[in-house]
Amino acid sequence: MADAELYRTVALVRGFERRAVELVRAGVVPGGIHPCTGQEAVAAGVCAALRPDDVVTSTHRGHGHVLAKGADPARMMAELAGREPGLNRGRGGSMHAADFALGVLGANAMVGAAVPIAAGAAWALRRAGSDRVAVAFFGDGAVNQGVVLEAFNLAALWRAPVVLVCENNGFATSMRTADAVAGSILGRARAFGIPALAVDGTDPRAVLAAASAAVARARAGGGPTLLECAAYRFDAHHTWEHTARPGYRSAAEEAAGRARDPLEVQGARLAPEVRSAIDAELDELLDAAVEFARGAPHPDPASALDHLYATPLVPVPVPVPVEPVPLHATEVG
Amino acid sequence: MPKLSYLKALNRALGDEMARDASVCVFGEDVRVAVSNVTAGLAKRFGPQRVLDTPISEQAFTSFATGAALVGLRLLVEFQIPSLLFLAFEQIANQAHKFSLMSGGQARVPVTYLLPGSGSREAWAGQHSDHPYGLFAHVGVKTVVPAVPSDAYGLLLSALRDDDPVVVFAPAGALGVREDVDLAALGPVPLGRGRVHRAGTDVTVVAVGHLVQEALAVAGELAGRVSVEVFDPRTLHPLDRAGLAASLRRTGRLVVLDDSNRSCGFAAEVLATAAEGPRLRAAPRRVTRPEGAVLPFAPALDRACQPGRAGLLAAIEEVTGVLREGGGT
Repeated sequence: MADAELYRTVALVRGFERRAVELVRAGVVPGGIHPCTGQEAVAAGVCAALRPDDVVTSTHRGHGHVLAKGADPARMMAELAGREPGLNRGRGGSMHAADFALGVLGANAMVGAAVPIAAGAAWALRRAGSDRVAVAFFGDGAVNQGVVLEAFNLAALWRAPVVLVCENNGFATSMRTADAVAGSILGRARAFGIPALAVDGTDPRAVLAAASAAVARARAGGGPTLLECAAYRFDAHHTWEHTARPGYRSAAEEAAGRARDPLEVQGARLAPEVRSAIDAELDELLDAAVEFARGAPHPDPASALDHLYATPLVPVPVPVPVEPVPLHATEVG
Repeated sequence: MPKLSYLKALNRALGDEMARDASVCVFGEDVRVAVSNVTAGLAKRFGPQRVLDTPISEQAFTSFATGAALVGLRLLVEFQIPSLLFLAFEQIANQAHKFSLMSGGQARVPVTYLLPGSGSREAWAGQHSDHPYGLFAHVGVKTVVPAVPSDAYGLLLSALRDDDPVVVFAPAGALGVREDVDLAALGPVPLGRGRVHRAGTDVTVVAVGHLVQEALAVAGELAGRVSVEVFDPRTLHPLDRAGLAASLRRTGRLVVLDDSNRSCGFAAEVLATAAEGPRLRAAPRRVTRPEGAVLPFAPALDRACQPGRAGLLAAIEEVTGVLREGGGT
């Protein structure tokens, strides 16, 4: 059962991304996306270890995390398309998708920026006496951001119940991890006394097992754990590359990277009829999501700054009234 | 009536709000021993789980506050040095501030960033003497600069109760100000409403923060010759444009006294707002730090870069030249 659920999540994200890329090409999704194809096992395994009341923060490559936490694919696709019924009313788009009702505190477009946010949320949840936990998803590119290392320190000091999930897909845009990271990702966490574990990020079962242990430790008050989940980014850094073709990795390398496919890793664990039933269900669900997004109304331009503030400005700014004063009128003595 | 000092007003507002609302917590460096004095007594009164000393990791603890706020706490984050806002600008302007809009109204980030001792403290040199309130007003973060103790109390209370990030600048030059107040009458002062400290008919002086006292002193000196209205916006964003317009309708002349850099500064916004309104009787003036200034260390050099009474007096004489020459109202 758990295997079927994990497969369903991986396939859901795979199918969502395929359709999202098509919608980018069709001009329905403005601005492009950062597809997470190839990395679905991380989202599936980690979110399967969470309760509905746990919280997560995500990244610019975050569709998988948001969907795995339970977001409605139709409203998610509508968000990518910038439509009013989208998760964020079309105000966030691909890089900021959020669903607070499900504990998705938002995808974040600044590399590493959400790590201290997740850790701060975790600290506050523990302080309130609950056993809820937070997960910070981030990429290998984030481990060279100072604020991430500051957050490791503070999370460890304050025993924040946060699971630090580093998705190492081998590249920070075009830069290889080996060219960017002195020392190691695990070593960064261990330097702060944070237990750190390398995980096969293409195997949903392995991710679930590691995440379950880290979550249990956090719930019990043991503080943060880092999981470095290695996977290969099958698609571009951003759909922009589909036309620009910057060519920083060879076809042979890409083929080798794709050889270990989380969809097949998990699919092989299911009876063929179970797998095809899930595929059929998802095809219907995701086709409907695309239809929903295509047909969803655009936001009214008059509402462009709705929600700029949670507490509206008081008083509402009043335009200066036009009351012409005759030039030098009052200087006449 | 008892005298209330500006610093004590901040301390009292924070203590009162922490007593009223158990979700209010404090983050900052050395806040338990209260190096700035704003948090004096609070760790003892409310315990270490509500007053947290942070390591020197401004970026991390600023975003920790954001995360904590997203799940229900209300935070006051104290920065000892105004230039730390440059370090945490990403975390405030690009993160905390944008969550509400980007999430389509799902998120609230009730965090107040407090700067006790902003601006020059004289001889603290280039990296401790900035007054970057204009940056926050520019990007749309609610920005407050109280001038007197009753406003320090009331505006900090409103900031803490607001569901958005608010930056509160408490200028070093205002910390020593004392005011006779009825303590029982202290209460929240709404963000976005200015205050006329002294009514006048010849010229409006818009003064920010500690410079309100300078403006009042100059207004006193000029009494009988020039009738100066001293308008304190109190909140730079949102700006009380209606209050400003009303004052300009009364006086028709404008001088802005603003302790920040001239180009693209707060005074420039006030002048632009006035220029978009009814025609003034004289070209407006602003008295500010020089364009692009970095405050030098030596006290005489530091002072040379700060706007003050002499510059204000000269500007008022310029815009009211007609009065000075005896041909006026």
